[in-house]
Amino acid sequence: MKSYSKTTPYLFIGPALLLLALFSLFPIVLALVISFTDIDLAGLADYSNISFIGIENYINIFKDPIFLKSIGNTVFYVVFGVPLVIACSLGIALLINFGTARIFKAFRLVFYMPSITNVVAVAVVWTYLYNPQFGLFNYLLGLVGIPAIPWLQDPTIAKGSLIALAVWRAIGVNMIIFLAALQGIPKTYYEAAQLDGANNWKQLTKITIPLLRYAIFFVSITTMIGWIQFFEEPFVMTNGGPLDSTTSVALFIYRNGFQLSNFGYAAAGSFVLFVTIIIITMIQFRLQKKDTDI
Amino acid sequence: MKTKVSDAKKAYKIQQWIAGIVLTLGGLLVAIPFIWMILSAFKPESEVLQLTPTLWPETFTTENFIYLFENMNFGVYLRNTIIIVLCSFVGLFFNAMAGYAFAKYKFKGREKLFYLVLATMMIPGQVTMIPVYLILNQMGLTNTMAGVVLPGLVGAFSIFLFRQFMSTIPDELLEAARLDGASEFRVFMQLVLPISKPIMAVQGILTFIAGWNSFLWPLIIANDESLYTLSVGLSLLKGQYGGNFALQMAGSTFMVVPIVIIFIIFQKHIIEGYTISGMK
Repeated sequence: MKSYSKTTPYLFIGPALLLLALFSLFPIVLALVISFTDIDLAGLADYSNISFIGIENYINIFKDPIFLKSIGNTVFYVVFGVPLVIACSLGIALLINFGTARIFKAFRLVFYMPSITNVVAVAVVWTYLYNPQFGLFNYLLGLVGIPAIPWLQDPTIAKGSLIALAVWRAIGVNMIIFLAALQGIPKTYYEAAQLDGANNWKQLTKITIPLLRYAIFFVSITTMIGWIQFFEEPFVMTNGGPLDSTTSVALFIYRNGFQLSNFGYAAAGSFVLFVTIIIITMIQFRLQKKDTDI
Repeated sequence: MKTKVSDAKKAYKIQQWIAGIVLTLGGLLVAIPFIWMILSAFKPESEVLQLTPTLWPETFTTENFIYLFENMNFGVYLRNTIIIVLCSFVGLFFNAMAGYAFAKYKFKGREKLFYLVLATMMIPGQVTMIPVYLILNQMGLTNTMAGVVLPGLVGAFSIFLFRQFMSTIPDELLEAARLDGASEFRVFMQLVLPISKPIMAVQGILTFIAGWNSFLWPLIIANDESLYTLSVGLSLLKGQYGGNFALQMAGSTFMVVPIVIIFIIFQKHIIEGYTISGMK
């Protein structure tokens, strides 16, 4: 029955697996190793300059006020970003799914569009929209008599402004996931509920939301991991400012690694990030499991 | 009884209208950045800097776009971006090959290797960023096109999707081709790939978009402006011409509009792709 030689399968998976091993798996080990060293530009030029310093990087990083601030900012992004993304994408998916007219299909396109566009390009566009003098947002607010808002200049508002852009980009993909899940719910459930006299709100909270539990769980995990790795928007729009109030952990790692060339220190930061992601994912899976047990 | 039914119908119709209106307003809000970007790209700099902005360009100009290519290196950036896109299609081919082997061959360590592939999906880019840079540096590939392309060439999620799709190909079909004397590679090229057109279409479009948008690796690896991609060039433009919004909008338009056009042409494949991949 088997007519192919034993080596054939390995030739097929070879190229992809080799690249994955070299650029995904091995780097994890390497990152862990260098996080215990003081490798920098001098160490890069001559490996004899590198010395093993134990957990010093990890001790220092938790004393670094900018790192602590970046953790605080990232928590802010997660706490406000995740619920906003879920609420917006689920709300839009429900409305699109509710609609019967043809035009509702076109809405899918409109809302999906931001998620495929280049993040640098849209960050440049939003920076212009947010511009205090020439930006469209402040002009529109001025028309209805609201004073200009320092979108990217005030520490707290700047965080909100970045979140707005990221939510705008995140709606598309998650909306499609919710739509696919909504279309999987049998129509007969709603017909039975209507016969029993359940109103729209009851149908939504007693049938739709419970049946979407898995999709909501999936979206909340991926969205949360995405927010923890939040990078391009603060990098392009504010470069972490004002006063590091928008610096995310990912931006902190990038800056220490590639602008200050403290590779070992940055690797320690990246491992803190990695462990955080793993722990949060595990907690969410635990909660989900408990939920389905009931 | 009759009036009750017609009342319910009326209420339903009103609800439909409300949903439509809410979505229209939301859609408009979502589209504003795009509309504003494109309109501003065709305005002269002086018009963009007016305190009362104009919606439609008063003086329609393409000089912003010409400036990008004549005074900035957007031609070079475009060439590099296209090279990256083409290379990423080689990566797509590797993904398809691996996906096929995981779906249709039985070999030692298949399950374990596949779980290893899936595990790489969990690794955040920030963790591999620094070690991969060090590895490329060791290989002498920093500041080269190969260094920009290699780290993102293959992807676990893509391998996974190919495997899912290709497992549905009947074994008898492959056996028949083998009986006809076709080599394994020929079976893959002339039978498996044509059958896998739907998943190829989705992956091809997503690969194109990802390649066109690639930012992080070109930013890290390329020191020379001659290796910059469009996104890196655009972030450079933002730094150098911070106040010239018309020029920035032209650069952004140049990046975004091709993707939007491709998306509108192929949207059916992309949105259906989520159903194919079983992401429910």
